[in-house]
Amino acid sequence: MGKITLRNVAKRFGEVAVIPDIDLDIDEGEFVVFVGPSGCGKSTLLRLIAGLEDVSGGTITIDGVNATELPPAKRGLAMVFQSYALYPHMSVRKNIAFPLKMAGLPPEEITRKVDAAAKVLNLTNYIDRRPGQLSGGQRQRVAIGRAIVREPKAFLFDEPLSNLDAALRVNMRLEISELHQTLKTTMIYVTHDQVEAMTMADKIVVLNAGRIEQVGSPLELYRSPRNLFVAGFIGSPKMNLLGGAAAAAEGAATIGIRPEHLAVSATGGLWSGTVGISEHLGSDTFLHVQTDHGTLNVRTGGEVGLHHGDSLWLTPERDKLHRFDAQGMRI
Amino acid sequence: MARAVSRQRSLLTGILAWTLGLLIFFPILWIVILSFKSEGDAIATPFAMLAAPWTTEAFATVQERSDYLKHFWNSVVVSLGSTLIGLLIAIPAAWAMAFVPGRRTKDLLMWMLSTKMMPAAGVLVPMYLIFRDLGLLDTLVGLTGVLTLINLPIIVWMLYTYFKEIPGEILEAARMDGADLRREILYILAPMAVPGIASTLLLNVILAWNEAFWSLRLTASDAAPLTAFIASYSSPEGLFYAKLSAASVMAIAPILILGWFSQKQLVRGLTFGAVK
Repeated sequence: MGKITLRNVAKRFGEVAVIPDIDLDIDEGEFVVFVGPSGCGKSTLLRLIAGLEDVSGGTITIDGVNATELPPAKRGLAMVFQSYALYPHMSVRKNIAFPLKMAGLPPEEITRKVDAAAKVLNLTNYIDRRPGQLSGGQRQRVAIGRAIVREPKAFLFDEPLSNLDAALRVNMRLEISELHQTLKTTMIYVTHDQVEAMTMADKIVVLNAGRIEQVGSPLELYRSPRNLFVAGFIGSPKMNLLGGAAAAAEGAATIGIRPEHLAVSATGGLWSGTVGISEHLGSDTFLHVQTDHGTLNVRTGGEVGLHHGDSLWLTPERDKLHRFDAQGMRI
Repeated sequence: MARAVSRQRSLLTGILAWTLGLLIFFPILWIVILSFKSEGDAIATPFAMLAAPWTTEAFATVQERSDYLKHFWNSVVVSLGSTLIGLLIAIPAAWAMAFVPGRRTKDLLMWMLSTKMMPAAGVLVPMYLIFRDLGLLDTLVGLTGVLTLINLPIIVWMLYTYFKEIPGEILEAARMDGADLRREILYILAPMAVPGIASTLLLNVILAWNEAFWSLRLTASDAAPLTAFIASYSSPEGLFYAKLSAASVMAIAPILILGWFSQKQLVRGLTFGAVK
């Protein structure tokens, strides 16, 4: 349960093609993350799968059934919205019970399922409160509760953590991953935060301007980005991209090297440079080094003894060097 | 210093507000006073009139001459009926305009409002003829229908404004949760818009209750509401101030009482969305 297939899916708003043509396979039980910059069409794609928007072309199949023309309610999917979209006039209990009530379940069964979901999500003490009386994290849990009670074929998350503060976001991220491990249900998760994508996903779909740039596991994307866009988008801090002579020496139009794949030496190396800003995170230090090829970001240990203005040499690890042609595609 | 100024200002605005309030309320007060005087005293000079003895004579005569309860009932049926039917039509209409607007929604709204700018007298003859041919003259059904149509643009506009305040994602969540359109409106939209719907209902009951133009022209006796009942006291035999005032007091009392109890709701509804 929970296999979703997209074939030639397109979405146009008037003259504007937000999504020109997308093919995608989502397997049963997979945690798929749609990631990309604002306006890349990731939320639209999710809403097309949900049925909240009509496709302009192509087909969406859910568990072998053509769902392209089905209304949202008939697709058997549950969605968690960025704004939580809780029903403000209902208690937590009634919020979670709402989809079950719509499905026409008997009251005893509704009560049993709601109580079970509330217990899993630590909401038992708040069950009679209204959403207005809850904190952001609690509201998000209610929204998730409302999604899980239905036992949907798949969960759709639309940037569910972006309204939470940083600490809570990390917690909720773990809770959602935990939930996926327990339920083993297909989850599609939309975010612009590549850290969320890397940490949660089985499979990442990188989107740019309505097109899929690459699909793969987090490590596949990290190790072998298919093009410059993916190379620059996945990884934090960003991959260093160099053109000109440095790239030509490697037989490429552009080369990329991640901050963690540059070796630092005081005595010799490939590129010489001067330390500019250094960011001390405790566990790591990020040095911004001015070289002849531009400013490079370098990751070093936490206790590094380098300061502003110090000279050093940088050498990329050869097997970690990424080469791209003039079209920006991986060589 | 600043304190003295602000006290002066609040005193000034207080006086201004009370003066304005009294000015607006004065005609009603005068009618109430007149209704408790005898017919002879009512046409005396104001000071003589005020000094004259109080009596409920006018009310007794009015109750004797015409059946107040029948007109009252007609007013209730017509004002509540037209408002409820109006709401039934306007809620789905406002839903559609607020949540699935088309390219012409704004124009449609403006057009609906523009019908309120047309002088009613302009369509009096065709309306009268239609009513006559359909046998709707002096019937509650006919009057309710006409008042529904007259107030529908206002109801749609008010509800549209309230619905616009409700986040679309909540309705989408309901759709994902398996609610069809009917249940989405019934369980989610309507309860969330209760303050707006309530003030729309109140305002329209008041408007329909006080409506006189069509009530006077399309009814005679059977379906005549309270506005027609008041008008019947301004007759060719002459004006009878005391009786006319007594009839007016009896006509406006129910709606005044309703307005008094619901004023908080009414004000809240009318200023809803003004401050976010």
